[in-house]
Amino acid sequence: MSIAGINKSGPFAHASNSVQKTMFTVLLALVPATAFNLYLFGWPAILLFTVTIGACVAIEAGCLSLAGKPIKATLADCSAILTGWLLAMSLPPWAPWWLAVVGAVFAIAMAKHSFGGLGQNVFNPAMVGRTVLLISFPVTMTTWIVPHPLFSPGAPGLFEAFSITFGGHMPDAVSAASALGHIKTELSRGIPVTESIAHVPDLMDMALGYRAGSLGETSAILILAGGLFLMAKRIITWHIPLTVIGGLFLMAAIFHAIDPARFASGTFHVFSGATFLGAFFIATDYVTSPVTMKGKIIFGLGCGILIWLIRTFAGYPEGVAFAVLLMNSLAPIIDQYTRPRAFGRTSKGEPLPLDKDKS
Amino acid sequence: MKLFPIRGGIHPDYRKEQTSEKAIVDLPMPSTLYIPLQQHIGAPAEVLVSEGDLVKKGQMIARNQGAVSASQHAPTSGRIRTVTEVTAPHPSGLPQSTIVLESDGKDEWAELLAPIADPFAADMHTINDRVAQSGIVGMGGAAFPSAIKLNLGEQKKLDTLLLNGAECEPYLTCDDRVMREFPEEIIDGARIMAHALGTARIVIGIEQNKPQAIENMTKAASAFAEIEVVGVPVQYPMGSERHLVQAITGLETPARKLTADLGIVVHNVSTARAVHHAVRFGRPLVSRVVTVSGNAIREPKNIMTPIGARIADLIEFCGGFASRPESVVNGGPMMGQPLASLEAPVVKGTSGILALTAEEINDNPTTPCIRCSSCVTICPCGLSPVDMAAHIRKDKLELAAKLGVMDCFSCGSCSFICPSHIPLVHYFNYAKGVLNDLERERNKNERVKTLAEARNIRLEKAAEAKRAALAARKTPSATTSAGNENEAKTTATTEEKVNA
Repeated sequence: MSIAGINKSGPFAHASNSVQKTMFTVLLALVPATAFNLYLFGWPAILLFTVTIGACVAIEAGCLSLAGKPIKATLADCSAILTGWLLAMSLPPWAPWWLAVVGAVFAIAMAKHSFGGLGQNVFNPAMVGRTVLLISFPVTMTTWIVPHPLFSPGAPGLFEAFSITFGGHMPDAVSAASALGHIKTELSRGIPVTESIAHVPDLMDMALGYRAGSLGETSAILILAGGLFLMAKRIITWHIPLTVIGGLFLMAAIFHAIDPARFASGTFHVFSGATFLGAFFIATDYVTSPVTMKGKIIFGLGCGILIWLIRTFAGYPEGVAFAVLLMNSLAPIIDQYTRPRAFGRTSKGEPLPLDKDKS
Repeated sequence: MKLFPIRGGIHPDYRKEQTSEKAIVDLPMPSTLYIPLQQHIGAPAEVLVSEGDLVKKGQMIARNQGAVSASQHAPTSGRIRTVTEVTAPHPSGLPQSTIVLESDGKDEWAELLAPIADPFAADMHTINDRVAQSGIVGMGGAAFPSAIKLNLGEQKKLDTLLLNGAECEPYLTCDDRVMREFPEEIIDGARIMAHALGTARIVIGIEQNKPQAIENMTKAASAFAEIEVVGVPVQYPMGSERHLVQAITGLETPARKLTADLGIVVHNVSTARAVHHAVRFGRPLVSRVVTVSGNAIREPKNIMTPIGARIADLIEFCGGFASRPESVVNGGPMMGQPLASLEAPVVKGTSGILALTAEEINDNPTTPCIRCSSCVTICPCGLSPVDMAAHIRKDKLELAAKLGVMDCFSCGSCSFICPSHIPLVHYFNYAKGVLNDLERERNKNERVKTLAEARNIRLEKAAEAKRAALAARKTPSATTSAGNENEAKTTATTEEKVNA
C-alpha cells in the first residue's frame, strides 16, 4: 500500500466558502436595488451600467497582464465586477460613457492595482473612482434626472439611449436636483430647511426610491433587503451598517432638534443620498475596513458622523464617498488599537494575574 | 450546570456518523509489532531487551529514563527480533529506535504487578508509581506521561479533576466508544486519579453530539456524589484543555500558566481507563482504541489495537482503500499530522487514522487575503491571524511574536475558515519553530556568557590570591606563609590549565 505522499499540512478540512462565493453573494444582494433603478432610469442607465462593469473588467485584465499575474483565474474572483457594479451605482444614471471609463481607470488601475491588487488597497476602489470624477467633472457628476421608468411615455428608447450614453446628447428639461442638493442650494439662498423640504419627494418615495439620484442608490428599502441578506449569509455583520446609519441619524437628529431651520432631520439624512448603499455595501468592504468588532464600530460611527459633517458644512451636498475614504485611511490604525484581548492575557498583553489563594 | 462561553471557534462537518455506531473490535494480532522507544513527550525509554529474548504480554521492554519519560511494555507475547530504526509516525517519515517483536500467537500475559487492593487507602505515591510503571501517557493525542501530571497535587492546591471527553475533532469516535462501552472503568479510573491528585470534585466534559456517551457515563457516575457529567456545546476546539476548563468553570488560564494553577487538572477519558487497568489489574498500557475512518476507507471502524501494529495492518483490517486517498492523517483532520508512510506503527497517542479524499479535504489554491476578518472572529485565542500572517510572510517574526503568535496552539480554525485558503496555521507553526530556535540560541548564548563571566571572576580571584601570596612572602609571618604558598601554587596551576 502506498500513499500519495505529503503535499500539504493540516488542517485536512475546509469550510465551503471562497472569495468567489463571497463576491458572488454580494453581487446577488445588489440585484434587487440595481434592477429597480435600471427600470427606473431606463435604457441609458442599462447602457452605462454595462459600460462601467465592462471597463472595470477590461482594465483589471490589462493590469493583471502588465503585472504578469494569472488573468482568467483572478478575474474569476468577481472583485472587478463588484467594483464596477458599485461604481456604476454611484454615477448619475444618464452620464456619458467616458465618465464610466475614466472612473474605472481610477478605481481599478490607480486605487487597486497600483497598491498591489486585490486585498492590498487602502481605499475603496469604487469610491476613489467616484470621488475623482466628482472633483474633476462636477457638473456631469451632478446632473440628476427625474425617474423615467422603462417603456413609460417619455422614456428614451434604446436608440435614443445610445445617443445619450455614447453621443452625449442629454435631452433638455429632464434634469432634477437631488434632495440633498436641493436643500443645500436653497440654504445658500437663505431659504430655511423647513421650507425647502416641502419640495423634495416625501419620505415614502425616498425610502422606496422613486426619486432622482445616482444609478443605484435611490431605493433604501431594496438596499436594506440586500444588506439583511448579506447579514443572514454572514458575509457582513451588523456593526458597520448600524453604526454608519446610527452615527448619521444621531448627529442629524441632535442638531435638527437644536435648529430645525438650519439642519435637516435625522430621517431625511438617513433616507437620502447614498446612506444605505454606503452603510451596507461600501463601508463594509472587507479590504478597506477594520477587522475587529470594536474597530468596525469605531469605523462605522466615524463614517456616519463624517457623512453628516460633509453634507452639512462642506461644499458638496453628499458626503458618503468622502467619509468612507477618510475612514479607510484610518482603518489600519483603528485595527492596531482595537485588537482583541488574547486568551489568558490582559488587554495590554500581560499574562492574567492568578488568584492569590491558589498560587 | 451553568456553562461559560468560549471565544470564537468553528463548526466543521463532524462526520462522526461513519464510525460512531461501530462497536470497538479487536485487531487480529499482527505477526510483527514495532514498538518505538519514544511515543511520548520527553526522553526515549531505555531498552531492557535484546535480540532473541522471549517476552510475555505486559512485560516491560523499555524503562523510562530522566525526568519526563514513559516505559514501554510488550503488547503481546513473542520473541524480540531486533531493536532497530523504523519509520516513525511523523510527517518527516524519519526513522526512530524501535523494538521489533514477533508475536508467538499465544498472547500470554506475563506475571503482572499485584493489583492495589484498596487504591483509596493507598497514598498518592503508590498510585503514581503504578501509573509510571504502567507506561501510561495522555491518550488524547499529546502523549504527556500521566504520572507526572498526577504528581501536580504535590505542588499545587487542586480542587477539580476534569476528564476530557469532548472529542471535538471531526471523524474521531474512539473516546465516544470507550465512554459508551466502558463507562464504569473510566469512572473508577477517574476516582483513583482524583484520589492521587487530592481533588474533591470530578467533572467529566462531553460534547453534546455524543448523547449516548453522556447517558452511559451519567449512569455509571450516579453512585458517586462528587462526579458530575456535563454536556458541553459542540464547538471546535472545545477539547482544548484551557478552553474546556473555561467552558466548565468560567476560569481563564493565564498565559504561561497551567490549568493546575487554577486548581484544575485535565486528563483524557481513555487515560482514566488505562489507570483503572493499571491499578486494579496491574496491566500496563499495551493497547488503545483507534478510529480508522475517512471516505477513502472501505469499512471505517473503531479498533482495539495493540501498540506497535503498523498503520497498514489497520487499513487492511478495514478492507483497504475504497479510493486513492489524497492524504492519510494521523489524528483528527484539524490538528492531525500527515503520514509519510503506512509502515509507521500505532503509538500510545494515536487516536485516529484518516484516509481522506480530495473532496473531503476541500483544498484549493491560495488566493490573496481580502481581510474578511473571519480568522480574527473565530480565533479561540483572541489573536489576529491576518496580521500575524502578514508579518510572517515578510519574515518579520519578532513583530508576529509581539502580536502573540507564541500563544497560538495551532487548532487550525483560521486555516479552516479562510475563504482565500491561506494556510494560516502553517505560517504560525513555522514562526513558532523559528522563534523557539532563536530562543534556544539566546539561552545558549546567555549560558556561555554566564560561564565566561564566572571564569573571569575565577581568574581574577586567582590573580588576587597570587598577589596576596607574594605580598605575604615579602612580609614573612611563620604562621600564614605556608598556607598562602600552597594556595598560590594551586591557583597558579588552575590558571595554567585554563590558559592552556
